[in-house]
Amino acid sequence: MAVTGTLQVPERRQRSRVLRRFFRNRPAVIGGVVILITVLVAIFAPLLAPYDPTATDWGKVRQAPSAEHWLGTDDLGRDSLSRLIYGARASLMAGVVSVLIAVGIGVPFGMISGYVGGWLDAVMMRITDAVLAIPFLILAIALAAFLGPSLTNAMIAIGLSASPVFARLARGQTLVVRLEDYVQAARSIGAPHVIILLRHIFPNILPPILVQATLTIAIAIIAEASLSFLGLGQQPPLPSWGGMLNTARSFLYQAPEMAIWPGIAIFVTVLAFNVFGDGLHDALDPKDE
Amino acid sequence: MLRFLADRLLAAIPTLLLITIIVFGLQQLLPGDVALILAGDERDPAAIEEIRELYGLNDPLPIQYFRWFADMLQGDFGRSLRTGAPVGPMILEKLPITLELAALALLFSIAIGIPTGIISAIRKGSALDYGANIVALSGISLPSFWLGIMLILLFSVQLDWLPAGGYVSPLEDLGGNLARMIMPAFVLGTALAASMMRHTRSAMLSVMRQDYVRTARAKGLSERTVILKHALRNALVPIITLTALQFGTLVAGAVLTEQVFNIPGFGKLIVDAVFNRDYPVVQAVTLATGIGFVLMSLLADIGYFLVSPKLRG
Repeated sequence: MAVTGTLQVPERRQRSRVLRRFFRNRPAVIGGVVILITVLVAIFAPLLAPYDPTATDWGKVRQAPSAEHWLGTDDLGRDSLSRLIYGARASLMAGVVSVLIAVGIGVPFGMISGYVGGWLDAVMMRITDAVLAIPFLILAIALAAFLGPSLTNAMIAIGLSASPVFARLARGQTLVVRLEDYVQAARSIGAPHVIILLRHIFPNILPPILVQATLTIAIAIIAEASLSFLGLGQQPPLPSWGGMLNTARSFLYQAPEMAIWPGIAIFVTVLAFNVFGDGLHDALDPKDE
Repeated sequence: MLRFLADRLLAAIPTLLLITIIVFGLQQLLPGDVALILAGDERDPAAIEEIRELYGLNDPLPIQYFRWFADMLQGDFGRSLRTGAPVGPMILEKLPITLELAALALLFSIAIGIPTGIISAIRKGSALDYGANIVALSGISLPSFWLGIMLILLFSVQLDWLPAGGYVSPLEDLGGNLARMIMPAFVLGTALAASMMRHTRSAMLSVMRQDYVRTARAKGLSERTVILKHALRNALVPIITLTALQFGTLVAGAVLTEQVFNIPGFGKLIVDAVFNRDYPVVQAVTLATGIGFVLMSLLADIGYFLVSPKLRG
């Protein structure tokens, strides 16, 4: 008990210091609030949306904003505001799920590579280099093309394409942590490698991975919007911000307002994740200042 | 020098080989029978078996891979499933259009990124630095295809100053070419400018801490000379290297930009190929960008080597 007590106190103190540093960063806090609002909008979309986002109305095609339809209607007479609200679901889900896939593949890969070392490490890192060499969006497009266009496949494609970044990061961190006293101590008393990796190494490499994950959500949301814009993500009639922009592009002369809000929604959400991630980075790693 | 070059080339070879394996492996993701996709509307079992024989689909995967790889080494990147034309020349034909777009975009990003990076490094911590950082963050968060759509709305739909897209060869009509290229190049340029600005800022900050900059100041040189002649010249090395590594951003950005502005380049080729289910074209374009990136990083290494005395010694 005494031992755990002395270990926990500095840890808790450190945590509150991190939180205090984070809350002093006003843009990061605003970013966090914006993310929270977007998440709430996505969850409560059925309550917030005034209309069914897929209900067409041929009598009300491409209408300008009005009291009835605040943001107007699209080319099939669907309410743009309702589609925008439901679109948050596709974007957030794609951002979070693809990053979970990337972390789930990349982090164990990198940890094993860095922990085992030797020729295995060399081979694993060459594989990482090769995947990193193919531009992120090109690889995602190619994967989505071969898997077939759907939101699920877009998330898999983005997740796979983003995983080498986490592999590299986890490997680098593992190489550092591997030499720490507590890992050496655990090894010397004969703890199994799995336990060492999970209990001793993983918690200590988590902070930079969290920062990277937040920033990668931002990248993944843009990637999903890009794939949906190209027709490789969320399939019509289901709404997504990228898909709405794809439709809007065909009606720039007839209904320019269709192109405005989905773009703003993507921009604000992505900016929020970027600012939040930067704040997290500064709070966890103050020596950078 | 030769030794360094040889080392770099040797290190690039396994990466290149792995890229070919990944690109070849893509087709294993296809749901269902590849022969059926190749057959198109043909449903006769005998004909499908013939296709399977013709493409060697009955052979074990490693054999298929080596055949594909050997063809590629001879410059045969397969044939389009759509038109039957060889894929290699298809790509080469589109390349100059995308290269022009990329070159103009680089000019924009240099013109925007480097001066703002220098200013925010010199005025570190000032409102200007803070503002430039916000602009850079916004630039990273802005979906480039939406920026393109907004520019079309403003300059083509509202003001009617510029054509909304399309392509004219600069050899036929230089004015028309530039009028169509200026918006896409700006869109692609801003995607790069944000990271260029951040690289410039951090490179300038680390250079300005160096002894030779302090010496230059101590000699009584004007601040302008110190910054431009002594600091910037040395900071340019990491800026150029890091820019070379932005190759991926440039290519991916070109795909979206060409789609928005209807430019028949390299990026439009892959998107059209995806919709035509023209898998050999998708594979060849993916492979070309991967190889392109490896070559760019080799060039960056060599460039770094040439200007950095520490590595040379």
